[in-house]
Amino acid sequence: MREKPVGDRPTIPFPLPCLEEIRPMTQTIAFYDRVDQALHDTSLQTALNRATTRFIGNRASAIGALCEADRLRDQARAIRAYALAHLDELLPQLAANVEARGGHVCWASDGEEARRYIIELARARGVRSIVKSKSMASEEIHLNEALEHAGFEVVETDLGEYIIQLAGETPSHIIAPAIHKTREQVSALFEQHLGMPPTTEVPPMIRTARRALRQRFLRADMGISGVNFGVADSGAIVIVENEGNARLSTTVPRIHVAIMGIERIVARLADLGVMLQVLARSATGQKMSVYTSLICGPARPGEEDGPEEFHLVLLDNGRSRILGSQYAESLLCIRCGACLNACPVYQAIGGHAYGGVYSGPIGAILTPLLQPDLPDAYLLPQASSLCGACQEVCPVRIAIPDMLLRHRADAVRAGKAHPLEKAAIRGYTLTMTHPAIYRASGKAARLFSRILARKGRFRRLPPPLHLWTKQRDFPAPPPKTFRELWAEHQKRRHQNEV
Amino acid sequence: MLIEYTFSPRGDETVTTGSRRITFFSTCIVDQLYPTVGMAAACLLEQQGVNVDVPDDLLCCGQMAFNAGFRDDAYIIAGRTLEVLRGKGDVVLPSGSCAAMIRHLYHELFAHTPFAAAAEELAHRTYEWSEYLVDILGVTDVGARFSGRITYHDACHGLRFLGLGKQARTLLHHVAGAEVVPLPGCDQCCGFGGLFAIKQASISTAMLERKLEAIESTKVDLLVTGDVSCMTQIAGGLSRRQSAIRARHLAEVLANMVDAR
Repeated sequence: MREKPVGDRPTIPFPLPCLEEIRPMTQTIAFYDRVDQALHDTSLQTALNRATTRFIGNRASAIGALCEADRLRDQARAIRAYALAHLDELLPQLAANVEARGGHVCWASDGEEARRYIIELARARGVRSIVKSKSMASEEIHLNEALEHAGFEVVETDLGEYIIQLAGETPSHIIAPAIHKTREQVSALFEQHLGMPPTTEVPPMIRTARRALRQRFLRADMGISGVNFGVADSGAIVIVENEGNARLSTTVPRIHVAIMGIERIVARLADLGVMLQVLARSATGQKMSVYTSLICGPARPGEEDGPEEFHLVLLDNGRSRILGSQYAESLLCIRCGACLNACPVYQAIGGHAYGGVYSGPIGAILTPLLQPDLPDAYLLPQASSLCGACQEVCPVRIAIPDMLLRHRADAVRAGKAHPLEKAAIRGYTLTMTHPAIYRASGKAARLFSRILARKGRFRRLPPPLHLWTKQRDFPAPPPKTFRELWAEHQKRRHQNEV
Repeated sequence: MLIEYTFSPRGDETVTTGSRRITFFSTCIVDQLYPTVGMAAACLLEQQGVNVDVPDDLLCCGQMAFNAGFRDDAYIIAGRTLEVLRGKGDVVLPSGSCAAMIRHLYHELFAHTPFAAAAEELAHRTYEWSEYLVDILGVTDVGARFSGRITYHDACHGLRFLGLGKQARTLLHHVAGAEVVPLPGCDQCCGFGGLFAIKQASISTAMLERKLEAIESTKVDLLVTGDVSCMTQIAGGLSRRQSAIRARHLAEVLANMVDAR
């Protein structure tokens, strides 16, 4: 459930979709329906298949090219774990260093406080036009909608974000927000909104977007960015990107606001040597991102570049609660998106089906924690075969399957298990703790299979097992169990020995 | 506060010789649905001079309840299993998934309980079957034959939580007459995932479709895997497609229980 928008209705009409058009995308359709929709969306399947295959290949070769990738990942984990264990020291240190360099710091305990700070700041400075570079934290607090409702013109400048803003959608991937769109769909979108002649070539689409966005950069009063890492010992924020839009967003407008989740901190500037390597290689398979910006406050007197004002919004929004819980490990995440690409479930259903801001395996952990009001958030951790591909690629080795299992246990404790499942588990427990019942139910199953099975297979089973046999056969239990065969084998051997 | 990283395969076992006694944990699925897999695995161990003990009251590791989030139920089942296996020496399972449950997840299930030490102790003497054969007994050739093309699917839990894969490939490599071909995406999940296969049937079968296409692209006679759970999913899909390819457990192939067609 999204909160009520802040501020008044816009006074100037803008050619951007309004909140009402965005909402139904993720909110009103139940999880299972979203999944089925995704599985039957052929364009989505094409787009996902193309993109995740490319990402996985690029990551594998980039990580494979490192001679000590495993050690680097261990170091990255240690750096992140240290930062989380010392948040109480590092955050004030970061804030003090930002302020010492002429920046301002807002401590926002939730999305409401962050939104209010940014909107009040924009109003106080007479801002009309805002450019944004990619920020999942801003997605998390639904900043765009709030700003638009407060009457500001907001334009996303990351190409992927721009595409989904035009389409009135939400990001379906942490680093590739428009991963669900095929180039054909993007062409149609640009034709409709930007008057581009239809094409299947990527360069003309990029030229079109660049032309449209460049005017926005020059017109903007405020630039809003995310933060990849906040560096405590130097008061710098780090932003990595490939398009240059973040650098423009943070330097051209007169005000720069950076939004950072409080966990995205590292202690020392030297830590970046490790973190930037694993981030770029895990995310896109690059050795380094094309642009790595270290931003230390506003322009100093005499400097020609840079904004007049710099504001850092430190967003808690549930993170300190997670830090004190059994899900603390999920805060190690550096938002590279590698777990999404590697996840066979994500590959099948894409990001929107998850319904939260963050998708994929890490989203299945974070969404129930960050967006507990979403009615089907508790189902997301169920949507995993626990194959562990996510943990295998995670640059900071988050034990994602373990976290998913804890969520499942929490859901059961909260009474959210389906009654049928509850009954099935009770029966299973009874069976597996009583050898007599175990043997009897095995016998019953074999009797049952003699009636229903054909050629050693069930082609149809009664509900709820019909969900299995709809597309798969199920083996019928053979006449004898292993234990029975083994007992006969032992007897034979004994006789032979005698 | 943070959980230490525990996701590393063990590689510190030393190979010793002499008469060995192991407890064979057939697992509930093998006992009920795939008795020949259990026979193949247990008899192959016997052939290597191992004394195989099958406790009558050893039923299930409790993974289904644990993975579904029913930790109290899992605790009862696994606690009982822990008791049955107390003092029973090395435990060998023909399933990477159930072995991973004991080695990896019992730690979490029994943390801060009176069973914690026993669970830890059990984890150190629990082995997946192919792991025991190759890494502990040092066996790579069991004298099996199969004339035909074979491909191997890595079961996720064995691969990622126990570091398995090379053991099965080594064993298959020594099967006389078999041509072992690589499976594209052999480390991609088949979509089984326990109750996931039923609760999220549409996602599960979408994942299976990809797996089946990869398998059929190899034009093999036989798909081999080390976990009967994956085998159930993959064989169920192959059979529904009326594919000529069969799915079998590694132990069955090595015990010459699979005929060439």
